[in-house]
Amino acid sequence: MQTLVTILVFAPLVGALIAGLFGRRIGDVASQAVTTGLLILACALSWYTFSQWTWGGLEAFTVRLLPFIHIGDFQANWSIRIDALSATMLIVVTTVSALVHIYSWGYMAEDDSKPRFFAYLSLFTFAMLSLVTAADFMQLFFGWEGVGLASYLLIGFWFKKPSASAAAIKAFVVNRVGDFGFALGIMTTFWAFGSIQFAEIFPQIAAHAGKTWVFAGHTFPLMDIACFLLFIGAMGKSAQFFLHTWLPDAMEGPTPVSALIHAATMVTAGVYMLCLLSPMFEYAPIAKNIVTVIGAVTALFAATVGLTQNDIKRVIAYSTCSQLGYMFFAAGVGAYQAAMFHLFTHAFFKALLFLGAGSVIHGMHHEQDMRKYGALAKLLPITFIAMTIGTIAITGLGIPPLELGFAGFYSKDTIIEAAYAAGQHNPIGMFAWVIGVLVAGLTSFYSWRLAFFTFNGKARWGHDDHHAHAHDAHGHDAHADETHDEPLPDDDHGHGHDHKPHESPWVMLFPLVVLSIGAVAAGFVFTGYFVGHHQEEFWRGAIYNAPTNHVLHEAHGVAEWVKYSPLIATILGLLIAAYVYLLKGDERLGLKLAERKGPLYVFFYNKWFFDELYDATFVRLAKFLGDLFWKGGDQKIIDGLGPDGVSAVSYEVGKRTGKLQTGYLYHYAFVMLLGVAGLLTYALFKFH
Amino acid sequence: MIGLPHYLVVAAILFTIGVFGIFVNRKNIIVILMSVELILLAVNINLVAFSAFLHDVAGQIFAMFVLTVAAAEAAVGLAILVTFFRNRGDIAVDDASMMKG
Repeated sequence: MQTLVTILVFAPLVGALIAGLFGRRIGDVASQAVTTGLLILACALSWYTFSQWTWGGLEAFTVRLLPFIHIGDFQANWSIRIDALSATMLIVVTTVSALVHIYSWGYMAEDDSKPRFFAYLSLFTFAMLSLVTAADFMQLFFGWEGVGLASYLLIGFWFKKPSASAAAIKAFVVNRVGDFGFALGIMTTFWAFGSIQFAEIFPQIAAHAGKTWVFAGHTFPLMDIACFLLFIGAMGKSAQFFLHTWLPDAMEGPTPVSALIHAATMVTAGVYMLCLLSPMFEYAPIAKNIVTVIGAVTALFAATVGLTQNDIKRVIAYSTCSQLGYMFFAAGVGAYQAAMFHLFTHAFFKALLFLGAGSVIHGMHHEQDMRKYGALAKLLPITFIAMTIGTIAITGLGIPPLELGFAGFYSKDTIIEAAYAAGQHNPIGMFAWVIGVLVAGLTSFYSWRLAFFTFNGKARWGHDDHHAHAHDAHGHDAHADETHDEPLPDDDHGHGHDHKPHESPWVMLFPLVVLSIGAVAAGFVFTGYFVGHHQEEFWRGAIYNAPTNHVLHEAHGVAEWVKYSPLIATILGLLIAAYVYLLKGDERLGLKLAERKGPLYVFFYNKWFFDELYDATFVRLAKFLGDLFWKGGDQKIIDGLGPDGVSAVSYEVGKRTGKLQTGYLYHYAFVMLLGVAGLLTYALFKFH
Repeated sequence: MIGLPHYLVVAAILFTIGVFGIFVNRKNIIVILMSVELILLAVNINLVAFSAFLHDVAGQIFAMFVLTVAAAEAAVGLAILVTFFRNRGDIAVDDASMMKG
């Protein structure tokens, strides 16, 4: 088993190295085949590990591969930790990654640097696997930065597009803010416990629970500080409120990347970390409340922005952001199992939605503006069915009395019920519950809006007049409004509105089918293990609940009307979306509402003005400081007095003295004579 | 009676003419060479005058050496001048300023 998991983790790295270093030599097909093949191997091994864990009675174990950093008490190792959490993440990561690799055969068929793309994808997968199998904070941080690097490389994959490069840099910089908090959190933890090994920290936490830290005359509870700092790291990686701005821009990357990194796996790393560190968070009530509030606010914020966006990928990106908010407030109220369950189901249906959107974009010749879609159901039938399944899954339709529904039904309802249960003791839980129900309705509205906009209504493709008008209307916000035409190497396939939309090849549809099965069945099959009656046997101590934390148990016993509340909100959202975009026809009501540009619409459409706010404060300030130090400090003071000053002085001196050298013989002779006269005079007076 | 001062004055006049011939002359390089000869002759007059006045023959021997060197110098100078003229086609002093800084 130890050998198997080692092969599992390193297979993607081998693939990445082969495709990345020798991609040009072995050719496109070979590098695609080797990366995809190794990923499918890793995926098979992951499912084997997971099934052994769930049904085969596998015990948690840690493989120590190599020492990493050993300085005094600071012991970091390269290791592979297998328990319920990492086994779950292994299948999520490798399954989505393998499917995305297969899908990219079709989606990236026209790109001319395929080996690079597949190498990056495999590199990302390796970094993510090393993150989820970390047994200490240092390897966690390594994986954390590794996925950040891969994300940066893949967002900027089409680096010739300025907007893609800018988005990659933005993602990198915003993540640095979070990583700073994360690094401080690791330091605080090491300072408090004298170790960064999870296995050594977790048993001592109860003893350290009441410790405080006096700083600047105030007393801070130590666990809350550590957990809050670690949560800042999670906020950056998982695009939570305040640090979310990079995620929508990250949609500049190729769509398979969005599905893998910015929907299913990397952005859920923050949730994974919170669940992994549940023993710490259980003793940090203030940090948990902060997590709950930030998660709930993110869920609401992203859902409201998602209502108004027109770029199909951006809608799904905000949807991801919103669902991550659900996961965070689930963890915040103490229902870590529900957070992990939602992470698990969300990976399926969100990857499905993204790959479906990619299929639509591919079929529409790289057009991403939903206002130019419509009536695609007949032309892209399989994509239509898959996307509809994904939409039902994310909105969480199901039948509560029978406990039967799509994947989102189980996980999201568990989260909302857990928030209500926590709300009985803690007003913040109630706040999260209210937002959770509201956002369920909003999720339903924007998800169905996307589906109806794309697949139903009148065909708005094939002519350009409407589009030009829409561009004029939103000309002030070029960044949000651009139709992100993805560049194509061959011109015969691009930009043609006269071309008819076409269904994608089977290599792209196959992953959609597999993920559709996951989106339908993942909740139904695994609900018992993650949050139901078998959860104790499934988790086996991987997630810790304090003795006073019965949230999950109470969640199953909430009143009937609470269980129905998210479903009612969802159906309301569906009905409104259907009324606005399906029955009334999108031109007549939906777009009219958008064109009226009410204050609320403008507020949502511009993403609550967060980009503008950050631009006015942080970006401008940083630019001002940078200019000050660059022009004032470096150019004027250091260069001006240093190298530039010295060279200017010697230049002037040289120019002046050079003028003495006239080139006329008689000047030289005259000077010689003066010299002789001077010397003679001196000699006369001296030796007289 | 013609005494030592007379010789020295003549020598000084010749020397000054030579020096001014170098500085004030803007015509050509041959004049400079001639002025150099004048300066050397002034020195020779001084040497011979002091030799006779002090009854020391060394001064006259020195004068012979100076004459030899002056002849050699004139030969080398004229040779350079000829080459210079071949290269530049001109021996005007004001144009010979290639060494200007």
